[in-house]
Amino acid sequence: MESEAVDVERLRADFPILSRRVHGKRLVYLDNAATTQKPQVVIDSLVRFYTSYNSNVHRSVHTLGEEATAAYEGSRKKTAEFVGVQARDLVFVRGTTEATNLVKFAWGEKNVKKGDLILATTMEHHSNIVPWQQLAKRNGATLKYVGLNPDGTLDLGSYETLLKDAPRLVTLTHCSNVLGTINDVAKLCSMAKNAGATTLVDGAQSVPHMPVDVRAVGSDFYAFSGHKMLGPTGIGALVARKDLLEEMDPFQTGGEMIREVFDERSTWNDVPYKFEAGTVNIADAIGLGEAVVYLRSIGMGRVRDHEMKLLDYAIKELTAVKGFKLYGPENVRVRAGVVSFNYADVHPHDLATILDEEGIAIRSGHHCAQPLMRWLDVAATSRASFHVYNSYDDIDALKAGILKAGGIFKI
Amino acid sequence: MSSADFYREIILDYYRNPRNFGRMEKFDIDARDTNPLCGDEIDMQIRVGEGQKIEEIKFTGKGCAISQASASMLTELAKGKELKWVRSLTKEDIFKMLGNPDLGPSRVKCALLGMKVLKVGVYGYLGGHYEDTDMPNSP
Repeated sequence: MESEAVDVERLRADFPILSRRVHGKRLVYLDNAATTQKPQVVIDSLVRFYTSYNSNVHRSVHTLGEEATAAYEGSRKKTAEFVGVQARDLVFVRGTTEATNLVKFAWGEKNVKKGDLILATTMEHHSNIVPWQQLAKRNGATLKYVGLNPDGTLDLGSYETLLKDAPRLVTLTHCSNVLGTINDVAKLCSMAKNAGATTLVDGAQSVPHMPVDVRAVGSDFYAFSGHKMLGPTGIGALVARKDLLEEMDPFQTGGEMIREVFDERSTWNDVPYKFEAGTVNIADAIGLGEAVVYLRSIGMGRVRDHEMKLLDYAIKELTAVKGFKLYGPENVRVRAGVVSFNYADVHPHDLATILDEEGIAIRSGHHCAQPLMRWLDVAATSRASFHVYNSYDDIDALKAGILKAGGIFKI
Repeated sequence: MSSADFYREIILDYYRNPRNFGRMEKFDIDARDTNPLCGDEIDMQIRVGEGQKIEEIKFTGKGCAISQASASMLTELAKGKELKWVRSLTKEDIFKMLGNPDLGPSRVKCALLGMKVLKVGVYGYLGGHYEDTDMPNSP
């Protein structure tokens, strides 16, 4: 790639947690697909809000209220621009799970009818499966899954076949949290659109790690979480076209989301406020805006380049270990910085415990993707996942830790 | 003790060569449970003999070394005991059986899954219900 490589050592100094020790060892944090660490500027933005202008938004005309509203709406604008849309197209939610549930309740219940088909894929996270199972059950629709190729990429043949049944909704992940597979969502959404379907893309693992332009993706709905992109927990976004949001029913009702309330009926606030009932998560929304500014200062292209180099190195180093089994595509061009694996007969939880003793944090388990685990024919996998502050040293430490587990388990 | 010592000394042998592993044709108790965190599974069968004693006990399952080894060791401990002994069994007994490893809260659930299955089965057989207050399940 042409852009200048990131200076990892300098970046790491921005993340106070990375200097802590775990069991006396340097923290090697490789659980970024679960949640990322926060730079000092994000932490400071939360402290600044609560120490200098904590106030509710959109109601109070005093100075603090005006400042809080400006910061909250400023964050909406930054976050929207970060993914190539306008502020009015972005609804703040708790995270991707709340976003899919919002679409299920506010769009799905009205638009998915008896006999309709909902298409998901085998590589979805539970947050993009269970709401649709519930909707299918409630409205008498059918939920089907697009299959995968043996290398963990999406099976386009299976997709084309299922599109012939004219699905009402196609919902798919931009990037698998287990396999790392990056789906060509622009193409897949265009195919879905031609088949007459509404589309939702789960961007929880893509927006934090690569440049994403939701307009170019072309989905009707696009969702992501703040805490996986260096922001605070409890904040995320649902992006959707204004006209679509306007047609939809409210999700939750109460304060903030109304225009007028009479004894018997109410009218709704404009979008996106119609979908932000109650006092919103002001501080964390502001923190997400700071995370976006921080990521932009690095550049998402450089973040992706860095993670791709780490991934390439990790795959080379780890697949050389006897007994190491990698899941998902080996081509780093179609894979994000996620390495799911099993190691001989060492159960992922035993491996994670042994690695923890070395200060290495990985995830072990089913990764909230049980249908995918069944497809892989495993109960669980271990998963190392990267962000921009990870280094080659981290991967060397992981490899040494795996070999240590191999020694203990006499592999 | 470090996990290296823990796995080396006790667990590994039982994980690779589980004692009392398998199913029985004739049994009086059959109980099963899973640990949603890890996906560990344990199924235990018991044949009750004279004097309400555990005449035969077997288990099957899959999961991490801690869950499988702990269940296997527990079947050895339980064999020949009276059923009411199961009521007096505590998590401290399990930790002692495992050599008091230093387990974090999430791995404790792996260690205790076998005991939970044993208690659910035996309590049910004795006409009671095992209230699992120690092990809140989390996904």
